[in-house]
Amino acid sequence: MKKVFAGADEAIHDIPSGATLMLGGFGLCGIPENCIAAIVKKGINNLTCISNNAGVDDFGIGLMLQQRQVKKMISSYVGENAEFERQMLSGELEVEMVPQGTLATRCMAAGYGMPAVFLLAGIGTEVAEGKEVRNFNGKDYLMEYAFDSDFAIVKAWKGDTQGNLIFNGTARNFSPLMAMAGKITIAEVEHLVPVGELDPNSIHVPGIYVHRIFEGKNYEKRIEQRTVRKKG
Amino acid sequence: MGLNKEQIARRIAQELKDGFYVNLGIGIPTLVANYIPEGVDVVLQSENGLLGMGPFPFEGEEDADLINAGKQTITTIPGSAFFDSAMSFGMIRAGKVDLTVLGAMEVADNGDIANWKIPGKMVKGMGGAMDLVAAAKNIIVAMQHTNPKGESKLLPKCTLPITGIKCVRKVVTDLGVFDITDEGFKLLEYAPGVTVDEIKAKTAGRLVIADDVKEITV
Repeated sequence: MKKVFAGADEAIHDIPSGATLMLGGFGLCGIPENCIAAIVKKGINNLTCISNNAGVDDFGIGLMLQQRQVKKMISSYVGENAEFERQMLSGELEVEMVPQGTLATRCMAAGYGMPAVFLLAGIGTEVAEGKEVRNFNGKDYLMEYAFDSDFAIVKAWKGDTQGNLIFNGTARNFSPLMAMAGKITIAEVEHLVPVGELDPNSIHVPGIYVHRIFEGKNYEKRIEQRTVRKKG
Repeated sequence: MGLNKEQIARRIAQELKDGFYVNLGIGIPTLVANYIPEGVDVVLQSENGLLGMGPFPFEGEEDADLINAGKQTITTIPGSAFFDSAMSFGMIRAGKVDLTVLGAMEVADNGDIANWKIPGKMVKGMGGAMDLVAAAKNIIVAMQHTNPKGESKLLPKCTLPITGIKCVRKVVTDLGVFDITDEGFKLLEYAPGVTVDEIKAKTAGRLVIADDVKEITV
């Protein structure tokens, strides 16, 4: 079992143009910075990206948008990116808006081997258009399919050589769900440790879900809305 | 006249009860956290994966791995818990969150809400709003009573794309406090300096006046 890769270039080497990718993160919090940089360098395109947000103009998925690598975004909120807006309005970029909880749960369903789930969100709205509705206990629910993705790309705080992952703070967000959902899951971690060093009680994603792991470098961990209070 | 944003937040804070788990949306709802009444213990939920949201960090103590749903840096407090996004919306969907406060562009007199999309303008997305309004058992909307053109935002029917149907329970605007009832908006309280007639004139949806209607105290 060899899951450890030297770096991002090696870990993403076989992602082809046209692939469907899940990318973890909420805003810029917990995004796989090293893999995004490697994808930009590799220059693949026509990608479908499932990610809660689309980064900002010069960071995160915004870097892939600048290089016109993304064909379609599946997201819940994309408000912080002017290049995204330009491509969407000009029709270059296809966009599917999914309620945030639905997005998370469709990832979860994939990781748990469930083909679909029934959810309240979007009933009576345009999100419901064309979807099957089922009534349970007097309430209508939308049938929402599990996401199908070729690669899931996530960033964790710590990981071991067997692929066990631990996340930090709110950088966890969508990443464990996506890690569980990928046909091939690539995890970049801030700290890669030998097997046995992580407390089994603390592991968020067991290594069975993780196919490739490497220790990332030079994390910028950019803050989108730095908000502070004064002392005293 | 009417309430300013801080006063709207202060009035909504009066709705908080001891032991509530509360989700506060972006904008005026966020301000509610500043006015939690003394002796009332509430736990704030941030839908990106945190229960027990603390105040903003002191300068120099910001942590990129610790943000709220508005992407602002925040802190934890004793008792805080982190979780993934599926669990976060799972607890919302399962009715564990006692109160959700959010903003709106329009509210209809049957409790429909529109707050995510204006046709012809850039669509930023619904974020977690559709999940929250579909599932939360108690939803209070905080908003201005009229739009910048002076038109009522309390309507017989939403004109903008809907976020959720028949879900809003209470609306607090700069002019008054309204319950959503079978008879439409029910005016419970009016802002200081605002008359019931003015509220009638600025409310396009069905409006009834509570028998014991009174002035808001904040």
